[in-house]
Amino acid sequence: MSTRETRAVGRLLVAPSVILLFLWMIVPLALTIYFSLLRYDLLNPGMETFAGLDNYYWFLTDPAFSTALANTLMLVGAVLVITVVGGTLFALLLDQPVFGQKVLRLMVIAPFFVMPTVSALVWKNLLMHPVSGLFAWIANSLGLTPVDWFAEVPLLSVILIVAWQWLPFATLILLTALQSLDEEQKEAAEMDGAGAIPFFFYIVLPHLARPITVVILIETIFLLTVFAEIFVTTGGGPGLQTTNIAFLVYAQALLQYDVGGASAGGIVAVVLANIVAFFLVRIIGKNLEA
Amino acid sequence: MGNIRLEAVHKAFGGVNVIPGIDLDIEDGSFVVFVGPSGCGKSTLLRLIAGLEDVTSGRIFIDGANVVDLPAARRGLSMVFQSYALYPHMSVRNNIGFGLKMAGQPKDEIKRKVEAAAASLNLTQYLDRKPGQLSGGQRQRVAIGRAIVREPKAFLFDEPLSNLDAALRVNMRLEIASLQKKLGTTAIYVTHDQVEAMTMADKIVVLNAGNVEQVGSPIELYERPANLFVAGFIGSPKMNLITGAPASSLGAETIGVRPEHLVAARDGEGWKGRIAVAEHLGSDTFLYVEVPGVGTLTSRTVGELGFKAGESVVLIPDAKRIHRFDKTGKAIR
Ligand SMILES: Nc1ncnc2c1ncn2[C@@H]1O[C@H](COP(=O)(O)OP(=O)(O)OP(=O)(O)O)[C@@H](O)[C@H]1O
Ligand SMILES: [Mg+2]
Repeated sequence: MSTRETRAVGRLLVAPSVILLFLWMIVPLALTIYFSLLRYDLLNPGMETFAGLDNYYWFLTDPAFSTALANTLMLVGAVLVITVVGGTLFALLLDQPVFGQKVLRLMVIAPFFVMPTVSALVWKNLLMHPVSGLFAWIANSLGLTPVDWFAEVPLLSVILIVAWQWLPFATLILLTALQSLDEEQKEAAEMDGAGAIPFFFYIVLPHLARPITVVILIETIFLLTVFAEIFVTTGGGPGLQTTNIAFLVYAQALLQYDVGGASAGGIVAVVLANIVAFFLVRIIGKNLEA
Repeated sequence: MGNIRLEAVHKAFGGVNVIPGIDLDIEDGSFVVFVGPSGCGKSTLLRLIAGLEDVTSGRIFIDGANVVDLPAARRGLSMVFQSYALYPHMSVRNNIGFGLKMAGQPKDEIKRKVEAAAASLNLTQYLDRKPGQLSGGQRQRVAIGRAIVREPKAFLFDEPLSNLDAALRVNMRLEIASLQKKLGTTAIYVTHDQVEAMTMADKIVVLNAGNVEQVGSPIELYERPANLFVAGFIGSPKMNLITGAPASSLGAETIGVRPEHLVAARDGEGWKGRIAVAEHLGSDTFLYVEVPGVGTLTSRTVGELGFKAGESVVLIPDAKRIHRFDKTGKAIR
C-alpha cells in the first residue's frame, strides 16, 4: 500500500465498512443527544418538551455525579493496577517450565470465559457471603471475625471481582509477549551478568511496555462501563458507595424514569471516556509507536 | 590471560550425544576457529565454554580453574551472537555499557570505557541511537563493542558475519582479526565458512559430528590434512579425491589432489579427459574435466589459457603434492 493508486483502491475497498460503522455509531449518538435535550419522563410518555441544557445542569450538579465520577476512576485505576501487576507476575510464573503447565494455563485463563453476572453471583454468594461464604469460613476457622464484604468495603469488593475477571486477559497478553522475547537476548543478558531482578527491570519490562499499553487501553474502555457486577452485588450501594457513572445513568433512567437526564448522563459519560482516552494516549501512547 | 583447556568434554541432549568427548587446548592470545559442516556441534561447544549450556561430563579450565560449575557471567568471557542480540530499547551507549553497569562499575568509568570502545569501532556518532536505527554492519560493531568493553579473558563469536553481505563480511573479517591482534585477547570463532577460517585463524579446529578431526594452523591443514574429511573440507574448490586404479598404484585407498596442483595442458603425460565446463575468471581458469575411469576432476590454473568446453585436455598432477589416504580415511605419511 505505498503507491498512490493502491492507496486509492484501498480506501475504496474499506469505504463500505467505514460508512456502516459510522452510521452504527452516529445514529444512537444523535438520538441520545436529542433525548438529552428533552424533558422526557417515562411516567408521562408523550409529554416531551424541549428542555435545553437543563438535564445537563441537573446531572452535573447532582452530588451523586461527583461521587460516581470518583468511584469510576477509583474502580478503573485499581483494577488496572491489580491486573497489570498481577498479570505480569502470573505471566512470569507461567513462562517457567513448571509441572502441569498446560492445565495451569487453562485454569488461569478460565475466569475470562465466565460471564460477569455469573462471576459476580459466585463471588457474592459463595465467596464473600458473611455467613455462608468461603472467606467467612476461613476467618471463622482462624478464630477471626468474618468481614461483611459488601457492607464494610463495598467498592473494594467490586474492585476484587472485576480484577479477577480481567486478570486472565492481562496475563494472556503479557505471557504471549514474554514468550516472544528473543532467546539470544536473554543469553546476552546472562553473559552480561544481569541477575533475575535487573534482568526483569532492564530487559523484560521494556519489552513488555507495548503489550502493557495495549492491556491498559483495552481494559480502560471496558472498565469505564462496568455495570453487571455492581447491579448483581451491591446495586450501587450502600448509599452511593459503589455507584459509578454507568450505574448512575441506569438509575436515572430506570429507577427515576428520567430518560432526558439519563441521556444527558450518557453524553457526559461519552465525553468523560474521551477525556480519559485522550490523556491515556498522551501518557502511554508513545509506547505504541514502532 | 585467557588460557582455555577442555578435558573430555561431553554433551548429550536427551539421549543424543552431540559431543562425544573433546580434549582441546587453547593458548592465551590465540585466535582459534571452530569450523565444520552445519549441525556438527560448533555452537554447542562454544556455548559449553560460555556457560550457556551445562556439560554432561568433563571439565573446562579457564586460566587453570575448572569453571564447569560457574554461571556464564562469572567465567569472564564475552560473546558475540549471530543475531547480534542487542537490547532493542537501549541506546548504543547503554547496550555497550550494560555489562559494566551490571558489574557495578562507577558511572564515569563506564562512560570512559564505552566511549573508548565506540571510538575504536567508529561508533562515536551513533552512541545515542537505538539498534533499530543502525545498519547490519553497525549493529555488528555494537555487538563487538559490547564484548570488548568488559575486557574479557576471551571473546566467543558464533558466526558473527553470516548476516552480512559479502563485501561487508570481508571488511569485518579484517577488522575483527586486527582488533583481536591489537588487544591480544584469546578469541574463539565459530564459522562454517572455510575462507573465514583460513584467513582469520592462528589455529583451526575442524569438527565433524561432535569430534575433533584435526587441529592445526591453516597452512598445516591445507598442506597436510590428517584425514579425508579435513582434506575435503579445507580448500576451495574442493580437493579431487580419486579411488581405484590410480590410487592403488600409489599404495593408497584414496588419493587427493588439490585443483591448483592439477595442471591442465594440451598434451603430455597425465589423465586425459574432456572439458565439461570451463570457468574463466581472468586471474584463474577452473576446468571441470571428465576423465574416463577416474571421474570428474577440477583443475585450477593461474591465468587465461583459452580452453573451451568440449576440448580434450591432459591433467598433470604435481607428484609431490598428492595426498594418500588408507582404508579408514587416515592420511598415509
Ligand atoms: N537444545 C538442543 N536440544 C536438542 N538438540 C540440540 C539442541 N541444540 C542443538 N542440538 C543438536 O546438536 C547438534 C549440534 O548443534 P549445533 O547448534 O552445535 O550445530 P552447529 O555446528 O552450530 O551448526 P550450524 O553451523 O548450523 O550452526 C545438532 O544436531 C542439533 O540438532
Ligand atoms: Mg551454530
